[in-house]
Amino acid sequence: MAQTKKDMLVDPLVDNNPITLQVLGICSALAVTSSLQVAFVMTLAVTFVTAFSSMFISMLRNQIPSSIRIIVQMVIIASLVILVDQVLKAYAFEISKTLSVFVGLIITNCIVMGRAEAFAMSNPPVASFVDGIGNGLGYGLILMLVGIIRELFGSGSLFGITILETVNNGGWYVPNGMLLLPPSAFFVIGLLIWGFRTWKPQQVEEREYKIQNVEAH
Amino acid sequence: MADTQSKGLIGRFLAASPDSVGKTLFIAVAVCLVASMIVSTAAVSLRPVQEVNRKRDKQLNVLQVAGLYEPGIKVAEAFAAFEPQVLDLETGEFTDQFDAANFDDLAAAQDPELSRALDNDPAGIGRQSRYKTVYLLREENGDLDKVILPVHGYGLWSTLYGFIAVEENGNDIFGLQFYQHGETPGLGAEVDNPRWKSLWSGKKLHDESGELQISVAKAQGPAGPDHHIDALAGATLTSVGVDNLVKFWMGEEGYAPFLAALKAGEL
Repeated sequence: MAQTKKDMLVDPLVDNNPITLQVLGICSALAVTSSLQVAFVMTLAVTFVTAFSSMFISMLRNQIPSSIRIIVQMVIIASLVILVDQVLKAYAFEISKTLSVFVGLIITNCIVMGRAEAFAMSNPPVASFVDGIGNGLGYGLILMLVGIIRELFGSGSLFGITILETVNNGGWYVPNGMLLLPPSAFFVIGLLIWGFRTWKPQQVEEREYKIQNVEAH
Repeated sequence: MADTQSKGLIGRFLAASPDSVGKTLFIAVAVCLVASMIVSTAAVSLRPVQEVNRKRDKQLNVLQVAGLYEPGIKVAEAFAAFEPQVLDLETGEFTDQFDAANFDDLAAAQDPELSRALDNDPAGIGRQSRYKTVYLLREENGDLDKVILPVHGYGLWSTLYGFIAVEENGNDIFGLQFYQHGETPGLGAEVDNPRWKSLWSGKKLHDESGELQISVAKAQGPAGPDHHIDALAGATLTSVGVDNLVKFWMGEEGYAPFLAALKAGEL
């Protein structure tokens, strides 16, 4: 693992993206991407939690008994999530109401646990911190892409600023209501994964089976 | 082992195998202790700011339920249009025992002097304050336009806190809105759905004979469409909770004396 710090930061954006390649953290990606502003705050929250939980877990990695290591990781992650929740309630009350349970559910976001278990437990603190930031941003990149598509075509705006004047407000654009519902994020993420794998064919997984006897006829 | 001794107590502790029983216990306790200290420090130090937000959010909800909210308005300024009054539930009259702007009826519900324990408690609130802060909205000529009444009650997971706006005749509902609850997102939390909330507008609390008939139910009752609000799909228990709390607060133990006074045009 002779990765440089820059690789750690850039790798999870496209080449090793937690959502499109590892397919982790899909649940919250469906729930919070109907508006960009919310997706952006969620990105910041997850990046903060992943980075600092990885760093603290890495600092303790030689002291954590293996029998209770998941519990110790959960305690650290949960504390950071409560911290984020409290700060949001104090300084971004409206957004914290929209995010509702999904801030609390960062605790169960597979990306955070995944990085703690796969990276932070066997790497030094600074590298773990950078790795956490990278993965948080990789998650955020997809969130923002999905958010742009859903908010622009679902409600005709970006960050709440009207881009396409909708019919309801006397404009010409008929918004696609389906994009405001969570299932639409499945389609968008699916198309993104398709796009990513066409662009980077090495991300395509090997087939689990092959049809034999192709030359028999 | 001479070198372990020279490291001292901490050095020996750090070098010890993390899987020993003593160290496992120590790490578990230490991590929990540090984490709980960080969490409680954050909670305590951020509380004043959160309180300000909560108060503003409450004012915003009063504005919304009264149909006065538009995006971008200054909440505190618009809120000044309301006249807060502390209402004595039993008599249905206002009291000037308290400072209406700062009286907290939810805190009063915990004070044995100001509250009573409920025997019959359909809303699941335990204790009820004898005094409630209500907000009056007057027209420009001083005539009463609407009253905003605070209500709360238990849903499925949580207590729902909200407001009901009633027209000056004490019978027509203008709107209902909850400002705090912890119901299931997508199901019970649909009490926040604007389309569902709009169902409340224009409903009547009492029938011609003065009987309380309002109900939230799947099927329309014999009282007719004026008193029926369609329950939320997939959220039976939240709907039952809303039904109970509205009936409770609009009933004899709630605002009934006050609503009767409104009907008689005494305000």
